[in-house]
Amino acid sequence: MNPRRRRLVNRLMSTLSAVAAVATILPLLLIFAFLLYQGASAINIDFFTRLPKPVGEVGGGMANAIVGSIILVGLAAVLGVPLGVLTGVYLAESRDSRLPWTARFLADVLNGVPSIVIGLFVYALLVLPMRRFSALAGAAALAMIMLPIVARTSEEMVRLVPASLREAALALGLPQWKVVLRVVLPTARAGIVTGVMVALARVAGETAPLLFTAFGNRFWHQGMDQPIAALPLQIFAYAIAPYDDWHRQAWAGALVLIVLVFLVSLTARLATRRRVGAMR
Amino acid sequence: MADGILVKGLRAWFGDTRVLRGIDATMAPREVTAIIGPSGCGKSTFVRCINRMHEVVPGARVEGQILVEGHDVYRDDVDPVQVRRRIGMVFQRPNPFPTMTVFDNVAAGLRLGGVRDRARLSEAVERALEQAALFDEVKDVLDRPGSSLSGGQQQRLCIARALAVQPEVLLMDEPCSALDPMATARIEELILELKRDLTVVIVTHNMQQAARVSESTGFFLLGELVEFGQTRAMFTNPRDKRTENYITGRFG
Repeated sequence: MNPRRRRLVNRLMSTLSAVAAVATILPLLLIFAFLLYQGASAINIDFFTRLPKPVGEVGGGMANAIVGSIILVGLAAVLGVPLGVLTGVYLAESRDSRLPWTARFLADVLNGVPSIVIGLFVYALLVLPMRRFSALAGAAALAMIMLPIVARTSEEMVRLVPASLREAALALGLPQWKVVLRVVLPTARAGIVTGVMVALARVAGETAPLLFTAFGNRFWHQGMDQPIAALPLQIFAYAIAPYDDWHRQAWAGALVLIVLVFLVSLTARLATRRRVGAMR
Repeated sequence: MADGILVKGLRAWFGDTRVLRGIDATMAPREVTAIIGPSGCGKSTFVRCINRMHEVVPGARVEGQILVEGHDVYRDDVDPVQVRRRIGMVFQRPNPFPTMTVFDNVAAGLRLGGVRDRARLSEAVERALEQAALFDEVKDVLDRPGSSLSGGQQQRLCIARALAVQPEVLLMDEPCSALDPMATARIEELILELKRDLTVVIVTHNMQQAARVSESTGFFLLGELVEFGQTRAMFTNPRDKRTENYITGRFG
């Protein structure tokens, strides 16, 4: 190939991949711009501090939904993170040949189950026996979505810990469980934290699994065994209602949700960067 | 009862592959024994059998007897974790715990073994660092990450970490192969110091190193201990033709 043609092809491919990179982030930028355009006018102090107004009245806010989302995601993390991290450690450390393979496969299947199906499952599992929609059921559904993500990323991170560190710890006379707890897990911590943050960001925006579980609520949080408001549910309810003011609030809610997810992702990034710096 | 390390009929496998074919050897207490031989001859496996690290690899198996200070480390009622507390090990590449400070690295063995008393810990850490000839270099950076030290310092840190629990035996698996000549010289000096208190077994690819630091040498080839005896005798007048070929550089 002559040099001129090679340079030309090189430039063409560089441009193509740059265009692809821009095309990838373009949707996010467009969504953000559109949400700002549609929802910014409804963002004010009331939006963050007030309850929704009764049907037909203008004003009010989504404070209950913001708090509700934080409670749901927090409770889901309490349920899902320890179980997920322990599963990940098991998958990475177990010497058994059959169960880890099966568990890993099933975790991947669970990861692919549509979230509405998980919502229906929790409806049958918790909502029907308890005879009520509840924050607990909503959090359980979200935790089920988090589990495979946390488990698989934790597994990968634990696997990345060099064998030489395990050997050093074992040769020092530490029993296996202490090797995992005091050497392997601290070394893998940064990666595990990132995985957890990604899972949190993912479930914060889930709507479908909450429809039959958390259900939504127009009032403040009233207990774990009561229906609870959540941003995605509120957005859904307001978006399909016939009032312009509610539509504006739905856009604003979507904007707040995206900003929350953005903040969680950013925190994860910063937390990991600091850890890697300290390891050098 | 015999002191030092006594190995009788030691055989080891990785899965179906036999890597050690009946080893008998005696390593005198408070002496340095060097293990030499070409790559893949089983010398690493041999030292890893002494502190029961061989069996950590899935599918690995050991048969035979190893007496360390008179105690059979392979008796049924012996806990490998206890064996490893009494036998320190230093690896080919320095492997300090990256999430721990210099101090915590050295204290790791004691702390994870249940010692909580701060004064006792600092005393033990200082003693181990002195013993590893590292204290003067790191006494002002004890709270920095262990991985911030240079390669040679990291390796001495790993030696200090192994010494902190006051083992009777120190196994060194090619401890200088990732280090420059200066750092290597320091470790060799250190080994000569250490043998006053403990029995040292060192695997090395470097025959000059074996000649410099050891009293006895074992030559391994294809899973067999071809020759074992006084280092000086082996390097000046090897009994076996294969040993002679190896140490004169005719193969390996």
